[in-house]
Amino acid sequence: MRAAAASLVFLLALLPLAVSAQEPDPKPAPEPVAPSVEPSPQAASGAELPERIEIGLSTEIIAITSDFSGVELTIFGAVDNIDPLIQRQGRYDVAVILEGPTSNLVTRRKERVLGIWMNVDSQAFINVPESFLIASTRPPQDMTDLGTMARLSLGVEQIRLRSYEPDTADEADVLDFTQALRRLKEEGNLYEEFPAGVRFISQSLFRAQLRLPANVPLGRHTARAYLFRQGVLVAQTQSSLDIRKAGVEFQIYEAAQNRSLLYGMASVALAFLVGWLGRVMFRKD
Amino acid sequence: MALYLPIAEMSVNIFVLLGMGAAVGFLSGMFGVGGGFLITPLLIFYNIPPAVAVATGANQVVASSVSGVLSHFKRGTVDIKLGFMLLIGGIVGSSIGVWVFSLLRTLGQLDLIVSVLYVVFLGTVGGLMMLESVRAMMRSRAGGSVSLRRPGAHMWIHKLPFKMRFKASKLYVSVIPVLGLGTMIGVLASIMGVGGGFIMVPAMIYLLKVPTNVVIGTSLFQIIFVAAYTTVVHATTNRTVDVVLALLLMMGSVVGAQYGAKVGQRLRGEQLRALLAGLVLLVALRLGYALFVVPDEIYSVSREFLL
Repeated sequence: MRAAAASLVFLLALLPLAVSAQEPDPKPAPEPVAPSVEPSPQAASGAELPERIEIGLSTEIIAITSDFSGVELTIFGAVDNIDPLIQRQGRYDVAVILEGPTSNLVTRRKERVLGIWMNVDSQAFINVPESFLIASTRPPQDMTDLGTMARLSLGVEQIRLRSYEPDTADEADVLDFTQALRRLKEEGNLYEEFPAGVRFISQSLFRAQLRLPANVPLGRHTARAYLFRQGVLVAQTQSSLDIRKAGVEFQIYEAAQNRSLLYGMASVALAFLVGWLGRVMFRKD
Repeated sequence: MALYLPIAEMSVNIFVLLGMGAAVGFLSGMFGVGGGFLITPLLIFYNIPPAVAVATGANQVVASSVSGVLSHFKRGTVDIKLGFMLLIGGIVGSSIGVWVFSLLRTLGQLDLIVSVLYVVFLGTVGGLMMLESVRAMMRSRAGGSVSLRRPGAHMWIHKLPFKMRFKASKLYVSVIPVLGLGTMIGVLASIMGVGGGFIMVPAMIYLLKVPTNVVIGTSLFQIIFVAAYTTVVHATTNRTVDVVLALLLMMGSVVGAQYGAKVGQRLRGEQLRALLAGLVLLVALRLGYALFVVPDEIYSVSREFLL
């Protein structure tokens, strides 16, 4: 009985396989065998559980030490209840996005004034992700349609950069500032795409590899993973990752931020000490 | 060896910074100046964010001034009363300066203004010093004696009210120019990250007619406190003091200063001033050049702004 059910699932799964296999073929496709006995999708989904995707970060905290110069971050994940046939055809796609904390930023543009280059115009942006790294099994435009890409921000071009007071500004100008912001972030490796960064290491296990740049923003990062079946989003999940400074640097940074008066006085005391020590050690006159 | 600076948020080479501190320390020991006006531009050339360079420069100035003032105390060449009056002005000026600094930062004009101030002040002071020292060299070659102090030449400054007696300096002047000078130096100290000795010393000599022997000690004495105050205020309002960076610079400069002082004793005053003037002009030219050259990237991103 169970074997029969399994074979039924197998057969039903074969049909979409047959159709999809023809797509890359330029020759005219033969008529479907029996369009009248269309395999009911209800039957298929009734027999199968919906796909699920899960990701596991090897660590929830990444600590930046004094010699930090960027790191390769690997995120492992698993997909459940996948259709082995579709998987064998490579028609499941995974995209993993690691998005940094957001902040309000300003982009400024220099112009020549009386011969001197100075910042003249500027455009503020609200809730801009400080970093945005995306790894996927294929380039996102090959995985799904543009609408989905835009909706899920699947790609550096798709990151939503909201300008402040867009109504009062010149639209073309705002676009220039937006592109400049995106470009500067890309040049700093803070916005980056890894179009072959996700690999399936078994039927259901995948590995996403991203490179965190040396100047990765500190704070809470969100990891999002999307599973596409034949271009359609079927499952998603998210998890978080904290990036912190570690060791002495972290404590110094913390002190400068949260106990700034004490920090300032300690800096001055240190200066007095070093100045006095220098005098004492070299006193010959 | 790479080291991560916690506040500047960048990796730097530890030896480059120690060397930078030592070189500036050597020069400051040689010329008897604090060296803040060299440290801050050098840090900016090394891609340290100007806001951090300025605040950290102020911290470094504390160390070099403490180191310098100790020998002046020993020789009794510090006018504490005059220094204290200058200090009152300095604290007021520094408070204004830090406020202006924050404002300029949010307006995106800090880097520009810092550069322009450096070009203007270093250019003026360097140019005047060069002229004066060349003239002095020519005069001494002709066989005349060189004196910076010209007593008897009274100016409008000496006709102002609220006169006060400064015994160590043998002066009887109004407190108004003293407080005013202190305030002006305080503003510059906090915006430029300097002690202000390069302006304070000539101003004390030429405007207040303070005897040359107490000028440097008194100037250093008040710079310690103005720079210390500036450091604390920068730390609390802008959070841009990088203590790791400051420590490297201090260690380098304190050691370098000892050797610089020895070399300085062997050179003659006019030659020394001409050399310093040349150096000051060079820094001014380099900073000025950067203002006019076409930047590689006209766009920049910042977190500091006003909505």
